Amino acid sequence: MNETPPDAPASSPSRRSDPGTVPSREVVIDAAAPDGLAVRVIPCLDVTEGRVVKGIRFVELRDAGDPVELARAYDRAGADELVFLDITASSDERDIMLDVVSRTAEEVSIPFAVGGGMRTVADARRMLHAGADKIAFNTAAVQRPELLAEAAAAVGGQSVIVAVDARRRDPADPTAGFEVVIHGGRTPTGQDAIAWCARAADLGAGEILLTSMDQDGTKAGFDLPLLREVTAAVSVPVIASGGAGSADHLAAAAQDGNASAVLAASIFHFGEVTIAEVKEAMAARGVPVRRIPPVDRP
Amino acid sequence: MTLTAAILDYDAGNVRSAKRGFDAAGAAARIVRTADEARSADVLVIPGVGNFDSCMAQLRASGLEEVIRDAIAAQRPVFGICVGMQLLYSGSEEGDEPGLGLLPGSVERFPPTAVVPHIGWDVVRAAEGAEDDPLLDGVAGERLYFVHSYFAVPTDPSHVVARTVYGGVAFPCLVREGSVVGTQFHPEKSGPVGARLLRNWLEGLG
Repeated sequence: MNETPPDAPASSPSRRSDPGTVPSREVVIDAAAPDGLAVRVIPCLDVTEGRVVKGIRFVELRDAGDPVELARAYDRAGADELVFLDITASSDERDIMLDVVSRTAEEVSIPFAVGGGMRTVADARRMLHAGADKIAFNTAAVQRPELLAEAAAAVGGQSVIVAVDARRRDPADPTAGFEVVIHGGRTPTGQDAIAWCARAADLGAGEILLTSMDQDGTKAGFDLPLLREVTAAVSVPVIASGGAGSADHLAAAAQDGNASAVLAASIFHFGEVTIAEVKEAMAARGVPVRRIPPVDRP
Repeated sequence: MTLTAAILDYDAGNVRSAKRGFDAAGAAARIVRTADEARSADVLVIPGVGNFDSCMAQLRASGLEEVIRDAIAAQRPVFGICVGMQLLYSGSEEGDEPGLGLLPGSVERFPPTAVVPHIGWDVVRAAEGAEDDPLLDGVAGERLYFVHSYFAVPTDPSHVVARTVYGGVAFPCLVREGSVVGTQFHPEKSGPVGARLLRNWLEGLG
């Protein structure tokens, strides 16, 4: 009973601190299935007034500005999860976002998170009740960290993401560290980004969405040292964001940066890189990925 | 015959997604908030996301607890998802509230060495002896979506239909006892494979 089945695949190299003492008892290993939790590939959609903001040139959409239709397209294309970033400011526009969320929940069969402008536990509850799986706090959590503990107690830490925008204190000095910036990257706080990630996880955030403000928009690749520092400092999953320019950048964030998930926006929206290409690049590096399901299944 | 499914809405689960999932699998699902609405359905679905104690408290406050007890006593089909499945056991390491105690077993946490919560798509593997279980047709060996830090462990290992290996533990991810099926993963969030699992279950009720 306690022997490794003879057809068990050689265990793939562990990307994290998994002790590797996987008991094989009562598990029938499917030799065709690659081991381990898949690294998630996550397109991010910026939404304002119910419309996707950045110009989208995604394949064959009737209405490329409709976030729900785009979400469906990404679901079909094999995205593992979605993030909506609500970049509206006013509260009446937030009601429009609630409608986007509830329609998305009725249309897609993968999980999705909503971030942007979340300030209270009530905001979180509304989004989750509308059908979101997770909500992301950013500035409000930096200003009042207890918000994370309150939200985790109310809705469960697994539904609470802390989004952290981090910037190098001195791009010329790799040892200068990283600071947290808020208000969409406009306001530096002086606070150490690694310490903030650790504290946020301790308070109850179940996941960290880590964006490198230095790399964001450059398409030059992720800030791997930042990713490695954060993933070493916390025991919750980290979503890597900022800098994706190629499929291999995303694969490197998973393999070399220890990211549990990788996020990108424009390269997906403009069709420069497909979800499938990212997964191929990851698989080529031995990173576990979810196979893209066949399109024609009912 | 289209089966009607009552998705229990006790403010602690993603009911919209559950409804969409069961509709896509061929049921006629309705989100219900009262015991009367729930009793008239062919099958009960207990969604659940969040903290064990707060889900349990919400369930008690909803007045839907008796519906679940009655359904299981009467051998009616019940499907529990994530915490909605965990609540059926006697209790959880996550909290102090007793569970419903309708299934023998308890709910445990991943060891501290694991990255927790366990979030994402992980492989569902047939338990020993369950390789040919119709529930797993087109599902075994595939990845489904998980988001949790705790998992249910039935007292009787024969109730375990499938397991997933994570954090050094081969934990039960699909359990069945009598008319009750529970999943630690979210079939309603697991794309075509999740829909397949729900279809397998509904078709098995025939």
